[in-house]
Amino acid sequence: METQRITGAEAVMKCLRFENISTIFGYPGGAIMPIYDALYDYQESIRHILVRHEQGAVHAAQGFARAGGHTGVVFATSGPGATNLITGLADALIDSTPIVCITGQVASHLLGTDAFQETDVIGISMPVTKWNIQVTRAEEIAPALAKAFYIAASGRPGPVLVDITKDAQFGLTDFHYEKCTEIRSYRPIPVPDRELLAEAATLINSAQKPYLLVGQGILLSHAEERLLHFAEKTGIPVASTLLGLGAFPADHPLYVGYLGMHGNYAPNLLTNECDVLIAVGMRFDDRVTGDVSRYAKQAKVIHIDIDASELNKIIPASVAVHADANQALEMLFDLVNQNQHGQWLQQFRDLEAVERAEVIEPAVFPDAEKLNMARIVNELSTWNKHHRDLIVVTDVGQHQMITSRYFDYLQARTNITSGGLGTMGFALPAAIGASLARPDKTVVAIIGDGGFQMTIQELGTILQHGLSVKIIILNNHFLGMVRQWQQLFFDRRYSFTEIVNPDFVTIVSGYRIPAQQVETGHAFHEALETLLKTEGSAFLECVVEREENVFPMIETGASVAEIRLN
Amino acid sequence: MEKQRYNISVFTENTIGILNRLTIIFTRRHINIDSITASETELKDVYRYTIVLHETELQVRKVVGQLEKQVDVLKAFYHCDAEIVYQELALMKVRMNENRMPELEQIIRRHSARLLSVSPEYAVFELTGHEEAINHIVADLDTFDLLEFARSGRVAVTKPMKTLEAFINELV
Repeated sequence: METQRITGAEAVMKCLRFENISTIFGYPGGAIMPIYDALYDYQESIRHILVRHEQGAVHAAQGFARAGGHTGVVFATSGPGATNLITGLADALIDSTPIVCITGQVASHLLGTDAFQETDVIGISMPVTKWNIQVTRAEEIAPALAKAFYIAASGRPGPVLVDITKDAQFGLTDFHYEKCTEIRSYRPIPVPDRELLAEAATLINSAQKPYLLVGQGILLSHAEERLLHFAEKTGIPVASTLLGLGAFPADHPLYVGYLGMHGNYAPNLLTNECDVLIAVGMRFDDRVTGDVSRYAKQAKVIHIDIDASELNKIIPASVAVHADANQALEMLFDLVNQNQHGQWLQQFRDLEAVERAEVIEPAVFPDAEKLNMARIVNELSTWNKHHRDLIVVTDVGQHQMITSRYFDYLQARTNITSGGLGTMGFALPAAIGASLARPDKTVVAIIGDGGFQMTIQELGTILQHGLSVKIIILNNHFLGMVRQWQQLFFDRRYSFTEIVNPDFVTIVSGYRIPAQQVETGHAFHEALETLLKTEGSAFLECVVEREENVFPMIETGASVAEIRLN
Repeated sequence: MEKQRYNISVFTENTIGILNRLTIIFTRRHINIDSITASETELKDVYRYTIVLHETELQVRKVVGQLEKQVDVLKAFYHCDAEIVYQELALMKVRMNENRMPELEQIIRRHSARLLSVSPEYAVFELTGHEEAINHIVADLDTFDLLEFARSGRVAVTKPMKTLEAFINELV
C-alpha cells in the first residue's frame, strides 16, 4: 500500500474518514490543538459540533450512537477536558453504547510531572471504559484508533478512550490505515452452542407459560425482526426492559409491557408465574428483578447474552447461551414449534385491565384542566401513533419512568435514556446527538426541572448549530423521584428536594429558541401541537402537579410479585 | 457458600496498564488480594498473573468472568489449592556473630533453606516452599535479629495437562 508522511494530528482525521465518521462532538483546548488544527482542513467531510461542556459531548455522542446505530466520536483536551468525560463514559459503559473518545495529552516528556492540564486520564477512565490506550508516537495513532473503533462497536459495545500526547500529534508518520478485524485476546462474536440451543428449544416447546424478556441486546444485534418472527411463531408474550423499549412494537398483540420497579403490573407479577423464562439481550438489572431470591424461582430460565460474564451473574440459568441475540434467535427459530398461548396471554390481559382501571385511566385522563405527567406523555404517544416520527429522549427521574410507562414505543431506536447509570443531565445533549443521527425524525427530549439544569448550557450548542430538538420540561418544582421516596419511605421529610427554578422561558428565549409555558391540560393540548409543528427547535415548559407519584412500584427489597398499584 | 482459598491465573497481553485493569476488578467488589505475582510465560509476550484470594467460589467465578472480559486478557482460570502445584520464595537477612553460626546452620538444614550470602555482620538465606513452611522458619528464627524479610507471592502451575499454548491456539 502507498504511504504518505503526515502529522499525527492529520492521521487522526484520516483514520476517522476511513471509519466513515462524519460527526464529532467536542471541545478544544491546549493539548488537543494540533488535532483541531488538522480538523480545520477537514470541515467539509467532518462536521464538528461544539458543545458547551465535555460531559455534553459524550452524552451527545451516546444519543447519536443509540439513535443512528453508529459509533459516536468525542474530542476533548487533557486535564479537566478529559475528567469531564467520566460521567458520560460510565453511562456509555453500563448502557453498552459505542463511543470513541479522543483526548489530547501533554507532551510525552511531561507525563507524570504535574504539567499544566495534565491528568492521568488512562488511570481515571480505566474503570469506565471497555478499553483505553495512551499513544505517545505518531505512528501508533492509526493502529490504536483502528483497534478503538473495532472494540467500541463489536461484541457488547462500549466506550473506548484514546489519549494522544501533543508530541504524537505533531510528529510525522508514514500513514496507512488498516481496519482492525481481529484481536487475539478479544473474541467479540461467540459461536452459539447448538446443543444448548436445542435444550432451550425443548424447554420452550414443552412450556405451558413461556415468557420472553427482551433488552437492548435486541437493538444492538439488530434482532428486532427475528424477535418478531420468533414471538409470532411461538406465541410467547413479550415484555421489555427500560433500554429494550422499542425492540418489540408496543402495539403488537403479544406485547405485554414494561418490566421493573415502575413497570407494568402484569409483566412484573407474572414473572413469578411463568414456567419458562427466556431472557434475551438483557442483564437482570436489580431494577428489573427486585429481590433476586424471590425472582422467577418457579421457572426454568434460558438466558441469551453476548457478554459471557452476564450469564449466571444475577439469575442462575437452566440454559445459559453465550450468543449474539440475532444469531441465537435465528437458530432457535427453526427449532421451536408453532404455538399459541391464549390462556396464558389472557392472564396478562386481565391484570392489564386491573392496572388500566386503577392506575392508567386516572393518570392519563385526569380532570379536564389538570396537568399531570402521564397525560402529557400519553398525548405525545397519541401523536406518534398517527405520525410515527418521534424519537423520545428522556433524562432520569419521575418523568423518565412516566414516559417509559405511557409512551408506546413502536419502532426500534426511538427510545433513548440513561438506564444503568441514571445520569441526570443526559437528555438534552443526548437529544442533540439523536437529532444529528436521524434528521428525518422529530426528536423530543422530555426532561425534569432538575436534570434540565444539569446540562442546560447545551442550549448553546443547539443555538450555534441550528439544531432541531423539541424540549418538554415537566416542572414540578421538586427533584421528584427522590421526593417520592422521601414521602413513601422517609416519613415525608423532604430533605433538600424542593428546587427553586429560574424562569425557563426567559432563559430558553435567550438562546433564541421559541419557548412557551403551560399550566393546564387544555392549554397543553394546543401547545404540544405548536411545539411539534415548529420548524427547528422549540421549548415547552409544563408546570405539573407538585406531588404526583409514579405507580405501580416495586419497593426496594420487595419481590416482583409484590408490585403495588398505589 | 463458604469462603476458601482460590488461585486465579490470568494470561494477558503485555500492555501498559493491564495490571491496573485487573486489580480494579477486585477493588470494586471489595475483595482483598492475598498475593499477586506476574511474569512472562513460556510464550513470548504473554504474561501470567497468579492471584491468591480468600472468597466464595461464586464470587471467584464472577470475578474470573470479569477478568476474562477485559480486551487484553487472553484467558483466566481459577483453581483451589488441590488443583495446582505452587511455591513461594522468601529471603531472610539476620544479624550474625561467630558463636551463633552453628545454631543458624541447624535451622537452615532443618528447613532445607539455602544460604546465599554471609558476612561478619549478617547472613542471607532463602527458602522456597508453601506459605506454612516459610512461616515455620520465621518462627524458628525468633531468637535471631531478623533484619530484613521479603517473600514473594505464590507462583503456581496447574495440574491439568492442557498447555497454555493449546488455550492460546484455540483463541487464534
